[in-house]
Amino acid sequence: MSTLHRKLLRDLLRLKGQSLAIAAVIASGVMTLILAVTTLDALTRAQSDFYASHHYPDLFVDVKRAPLGLVDHLQTLDGVSRMAPRVRAGVRLAVTGFDDPVRGQILSLPDGRQPSLNRLHLVAGSLPEAGRADQAVVSDAFAEAHGLAPGDTLEAIIDGRQTRLRLSGIARSPEVIYQAAPTDLLPDYQRYATLWMNERALANAFGMEGAFNQLLVTLQPGADAATLGNELDQALARYGATGTQTRHDQQSHRFLEEELAQQRAQAAILPTIFLAVSAFLLNVVMGRIIRTQREPLAMLKAFGYRDGELARHYGLLAGLIVLLGWALGVALGAWAARGLGGIYAEYFRFAEMHFRVPAWAMALALGVAGIAALLGTWHAVWRAVREPPAAAMRPPAPQRFRRTWLERSALGRGLGHEARIVLRHLLRHPAKAGLSVAGIALSAGLLMMGAYQLGAVDKMLDQQYRQVMRMDIELTFSEVTPARAAGELRHQPGVLAVETWRRVPVTLMHEHREYRTSLLGTEAQPQLRQILDIDGHPQALPGDGVMLTRFLAELLQAEVGDTLEIAVLDGRRQRLTLPLAALVDEPIGVGAYLQRDSLNALLGEGPAISGAWLLVDPDQADRLHRALHQLPRVAGIGLLSEAERGIRDYMDETILMFALVFVALAGSIAFGVIYNNARITFAERARELATLRVLGYTRSEVARILLGEIALITALAIPLGWLIGIGFSALLNQAFSNDLFRVPLVLTPYAFGFAAAGVIAASLVVAVLVIRRLGRLDMIGVLKAVE
Amino acid sequence: MHDSAQAVFQTRGLKRFYQMGDVTIQALRGVDLELFSGELVVMLGASGSGKSTLLNIMGGLDSASEGSVHYIDHSRHTHELTHASQRQLTEFRRHHVGFVFQFYNLISSLTARENVAIVTDISRDPMTPEEALAMVGLEQRLDHFPSQLSGGEQQRVAIARAIAKRPEVLLCDEPTGALDFRTGIRVLEVLETLNRTTGTTLAIITHNEVIGEMADRVIRLRDGQVGDIHANTQRTPPGELRW
Repeated sequence: MSTLHRKLLRDLLRLKGQSLAIAAVIASGVMTLILAVTTLDALTRAQSDFYASHHYPDLFVDVKRAPLGLVDHLQTLDGVSRMAPRVRAGVRLAVTGFDDPVRGQILSLPDGRQPSLNRLHLVAGSLPEAGRADQAVVSDAFAEAHGLAPGDTLEAIIDGRQTRLRLSGIARSPEVIYQAAPTDLLPDYQRYATLWMNERALANAFGMEGAFNQLLVTLQPGADAATLGNELDQALARYGATGTQTRHDQQSHRFLEEELAQQRAQAAILPTIFLAVSAFLLNVVMGRIIRTQREPLAMLKAFGYRDGELARHYGLLAGLIVLLGWALGVALGAWAARGLGGIYAEYFRFAEMHFRVPAWAMALALGVAGIAALLGTWHAVWRAVREPPAAAMRPPAPQRFRRTWLERSALGRGLGHEARIVLRHLLRHPAKAGLSVAGIALSAGLLMMGAYQLGAVDKMLDQQYRQVMRMDIELTFSEVTPARAAGELRHQPGVLAVETWRRVPVTLMHEHREYRTSLLGTEAQPQLRQILDIDGHPQALPGDGVMLTRFLAELLQAEVGDTLEIAVLDGRRQRLTLPLAALVDEPIGVGAYLQRDSLNALLGEGPAISGAWLLVDPDQADRLHRALHQLPRVAGIGLLSEAERGIRDYMDETILMFALVFVALAGSIAFGVIYNNARITFAERARELATLRVLGYTRSEVARILLGEIALITALAIPLGWLIGIGFSALLNQAFSNDLFRVPLVLTPYAFGFAAAGVIAASLVVAVLVIRRLGRLDMIGVLKAVE
Repeated sequence: MHDSAQAVFQTRGLKRFYQMGDVTIQALRGVDLELFSGELVVMLGASGSGKSTLLNIMGGLDSASEGSVHYIDHSRHTHELTHASQRQLTEFRRHHVGFVFQFYNLISSLTARENVAIVTDISRDPMTPEEALAMVGLEQRLDHFPSQLSGGEQQRVAIARAIAKRPEVLLCDEPTGALDFRTGIRVLEVLETLNRTTGTTLAIITHNEVIGEMADRVIRLRDGQVGDIHANTQRTPPGELRW
């Protein structure tokens, strides 16, 4: 090892505090990228692998009832690769020891065999034996939630008839990776299940002998989904087909795609911000560290070391720090991705999930950090080596200070010596002070972005569950029901208020854009399910015409006054035209609303409803649940408190977990920057401070100068940090908007306070470290070093 | 001796101005002189007389504002330093001159041996660091860090570092300035022995008149110019100097 390399290692050891702080800044930036990218990569591959290995279909057609004999003919349509007819039925379940209503769906399997599409991934047990009508496979999440194992039994009500089913196995399937009920946003594993039974048994129970009500199709490579979809629609129209659906219309796939889109947005925006900030800070800090090496650098130059050799030497110093930070960031990122992946595996039931850190991400992180460090180093080394060595070894000329407004103003005259030294120093080096302020402000901005994310999600959920969804129970009927059923509900035990609604699946069209959703008909001003704008003001529905969530209107590129085409996907499948009468800025979901009477009229029906919202007396909840469970028309009983708890858990464990990790990283960046800043200030001013000590200043008087500078820079950085934080939050907010959520850009005083408190806390810790260092200041040594 | 000897340095009309803050300092106002191969020259001058500036320019650490400096190496190759590029000056320092500074300027993170090695690493035909340190009597202190050495020992490490590459010229800026009398004499003895035994041209700048007695020639600088040049008929051994 050459002597220069030995010097390098010793320098690294001497600068260990600062090196570690810089490495922490780099590690934070790198970790965000590795975490986001690795999680995204694992989820994406888990999805595509599961889809491919278990044959997830491309097209889905629901029909009322079509003869199995039709399949041979449909199979010959152009573009069809595989086709699987099956029976799908709604089911209500009772689990011993669990009182709440359980909903579910039962899907048919070819007797005793794996289906050709949507094959099951058996976690335990086996498929039902051929010919057995009393055996079923159940979804794994439901089995876990109730501690069910193969051999256990369930009571099932299929089409009004009660049967006892024995579990032959427990399975996952590519079509229920995300196992939420169709009307729910989030899974409730205790209250929703998917079951699989032999086809003959299910068909018998559901009155579907020799027939199917759902057709699954995979496409040949290169086949056009829209063309085939149209042909299938035509062929199946008279069997009650509701329109060919693609994967995008499937709840599990749709939600997973949204989650992946969210992850992609996160992977694009957060690491970019973090890496850019840490690269900037790295550049500044490395530059300043090199500048404190002015004398040894001049010395080496005096001995005849070439500029290139010196640049390489200091480049290597920076390189080693970068490498340390990078390795730390990759390791932590990979570790955290595994942890987060585990949480996602709770919500997304893949067959398998494998983690690997993409090589490009590692290379990118190393490249960004390396280039930033080398730029900072190169710039500073270049400036240092350009100076003739004799000049570098002379003490620098006294810096030019002039009388400024500071001396002339009353404020200036009132200041003590220490304050004047601090202020003059900052005013004398506006660029250096500016960079310090900018560095701390950036870390404050990151902290604020984290606080914003934590606060905004909470606020969104509060609004959704305190103000929008004010009902306790959402009842869904198995079929369209006369509105007078509301009267019967009012007499159920503990029911305080009832509001009814009519929902119909539709495709909204404007020019060539379309969006599949449902049209919700309610009272003109619904009380139990309010329609709120972004400021939380309840909106009344327009007398005629439809009201859309603004996000949806923008997707359709429709404005108020435009005419929308609406294809009803149910019943008589009318095509309607309706004016877009109003917009509403809802934060969750995309809705299309109109008054229920108008909807009934448009559908050509009397006063009919699809469900009802109930406000109930919590003391009578159990009695009410039992009573509702007995009502024949009730297909679903949604408990809002459960839904809210579910969504909060989900948010806490996914988005907020990410946000917490990022807040921690922002905190470590803030600390790294402030610490380095203070250390460099200390190094630059050690001589001056030692002189003051020699002249008889006390330690605390000298400390006031140093701490005064840190405090002033921090104070200047905070308001700038708020501005940067607003910008970062807006960027993040933009990236996170999707069909499911649009987190409002609400910056609470808490977010501002959090950012300020974060940098102040970091500054205080640093202040303590600096005071300890000041105690060890070697007065004689420092003064002797230079004339 | 210089009548027959070869000139190593030759300066003509050397001027140097500095901008120090708001003030322009004329450090050198036209210096003409020669240094000859193998001689020991002491340059005397009060603080501000320009002696350090002259030494820095001769050593390629600084550049003149006007005038010329020529260096003639042992193979009689002439180097024009005044218009040399930074790269050429670096090569000049690397291969031809050694420096000893008043404040030693050792690298605190390296041991005595390593402080010497940092120069021998880049030299063409160096001694080993151990040899160089033995020449200054520090063979017992090889692995000590600067903070573990006395001022005199630190200066001797600096001398070992300067001579280890076997330079043709050794330039010393107040080598005893930070040392007490006894230690200063010890350092001067090392320098004198070196000059006598290896024939290295030695230029010492100091404000201490007494040190002039050990030189072949004494050059006095006053106010940025050469005041007078005086040749000693006999060199006084450093051990006999008193101040």
